[in-house]
Amino acid sequence: MSKIKIKKLSVSYGNHQVLNEVSLDIPERQIIAVIGPSGCGKTTLLKSMNRLLDLNEDVAVSGDIAIDGENIYRPDIDVNALRKRVGFLPQRPYPLPMSIFDNVAFGPKIHGLDVSSLSVVSNKEREGKGNKGTQRLVEHYLRLAGLWEEVKDRLNAPAAKLSIGQQQRLALARVLSIEPEIILADEPTSALDPISAKLVETQFKILKENYTIIFVTHILRQARRLADYIIFLYMGDLIEHGPAVRFFGEPCDEKTKAYISGEIS
Amino acid sequence: MKKRKLEENIFKALMIISLLGVFAALAGIIMVVAVKGLSSLNLSMIIETPKGGYYLGKEGGIANAIVGSLYLMAGATTLAFIISLPVALALQKEYLSKRFADFTRLVLDILWGTPSIVYGVFGFVIMVYLGMRASLLGGIVVLTLLMVPIMVRAMDEAIRLVPFEMKEMAYALGTTRVETTFAVVLKQAMPGIVTAVILAFGRGIGDAASILFTAGYTDDIPTSLLDPVASLPLAVFFQIGTPVPEVQARAYAAALILLVIVIVINIIARILGWRFARHIVR
Repeated sequence: MSKIKIKKLSVSYGNHQVLNEVSLDIPERQIIAVIGPSGCGKTTLLKSMNRLLDLNEDVAVSGDIAIDGENIYRPDIDVNALRKRVGFLPQRPYPLPMSIFDNVAFGPKIHGLDVSSLSVVSNKEREGKGNKGTQRLVEHYLRLAGLWEEVKDRLNAPAAKLSIGQQQRLALARVLSIEPEIILADEPTSALDPISAKLVETQFKILKENYTIIFVTHILRQARRLADYIIFLYMGDLIEHGPAVRFFGEPCDEKTKAYISGEIS
Repeated sequence: MKKRKLEENIFKALMIISLLGVFAALAGIIMVVAVKGLSSLNLSMIIETPKGGYYLGKEGGIANAIVGSLYLMAGATTLAFIISLPVALALQKEYLSKRFADFTRLVLDILWGTPSIVYGVFGFVIMVYLGMRASLLGGIVVLTLLMVPIMVRAMDEAIRLVPFEMKEMAYALGTTRVETTFAVVLKQAMPGIVTAVILAFGRGIGDAASILFTAGYTDDIPTSLLDPVASLPLAVFFQIGTPVPEVQARAYAAALILLVIVIVINIIARILGWRFARHIVR
């Protein structure tokens, strides 16, 4: 079942063409790796899927992207609702300037997400007064991101005080808190130490049960370790895409072979 | 190697001398004002308005100018803040194109560089046209005009320092521009915004020329926005110009009071700034 269908997607910044007529289908509930050399358009492809590209100046997008059959570049689409469905994890985690607790509670608050929609919240907590529900919600997502144990005693501390590895998992909790269907991750481990990177990778493997995870990486070994499906871009062109086993086992394209063997990077 | 070391030392010396210059300036000003003014600074100076013959050295105080300055600044700072914050926020790239934002900055910088006497004359011309007398209201409006450019530009610099990636994070969660502005940008820029208010306050409270014609001067404490109002800078200006030594000393006392107000406000703002800085991301 394909979750996302991309048709003839071209993106340019001013006169600089970054993606050339990329067309592909992305499967559901898998980990998808977007690989390729620096400057090949990986991040651009990623940011086109939640329309974060819109924030750039002089960006031109043509072609279309459909998520569950709905074209997200339709003029009347609610971009904020789209971004709630398609979460984004940045390369360098910027905590929001608020407490650890509020970093996680912020997303659900703006989207008016009801705690009662969470299956982990018990009936009693649902009826409970005040913040009880939100507390449960924050705990739930911090656990899901593998951060709860480390921060449970200092939820009101500034998020900026966390280590960068913790900040990235906080960013993950923040993404999860808006209940997206798809998680986009832009080199999510590149700024992290090896231990934190491993923690994030482990969370990804757990999360793919329920989410479609698309991540950009320039580390081939990481793509091999994590991905079920590979998308290989080179200079803005889609060279090859397919299940990871086939991609690494029997690559079709010469460029893919060269990239896998490390001849081009 | 020797040359590089020498270079380093020359530069270090230069920095130390300049730093000392800055501290010496403030210390010198406080000393001169204190030495010349302390003798005539007493309680009645602060709580009384000028009595008959005050300007010849008889009884009374400058409560009219102290209260007047506080009234003027309370009004002008509030008004300037209400105007400046939306302008500064609008200069972000989500709202205005870079071209138009830069043009706005140019306009503000020119306004900033305009001498305050020009603001005073401008305000006076408008007031004459409207048939208004010199008044608290007139003074507040002209001081607001004087303060807005510096307040906006200082806020703008603070807001521009908010990393774009941080805003991007908020937008990626599906926030609107307003939500991003209030939950992220204002929180992160808050210490800078406090500083902006203080900078503008400092310019406003010390300015004499802009309120000379627009606020006027009076020995009474105003009871309405349309009454004329005294102010500390003008109290200094008028008293220092009299031939009576006692009155001249009172000018220094007025200057001392003005300085103390500025120092106190700065300290309060610093404390507020620290409080707001708790959650900011460095």
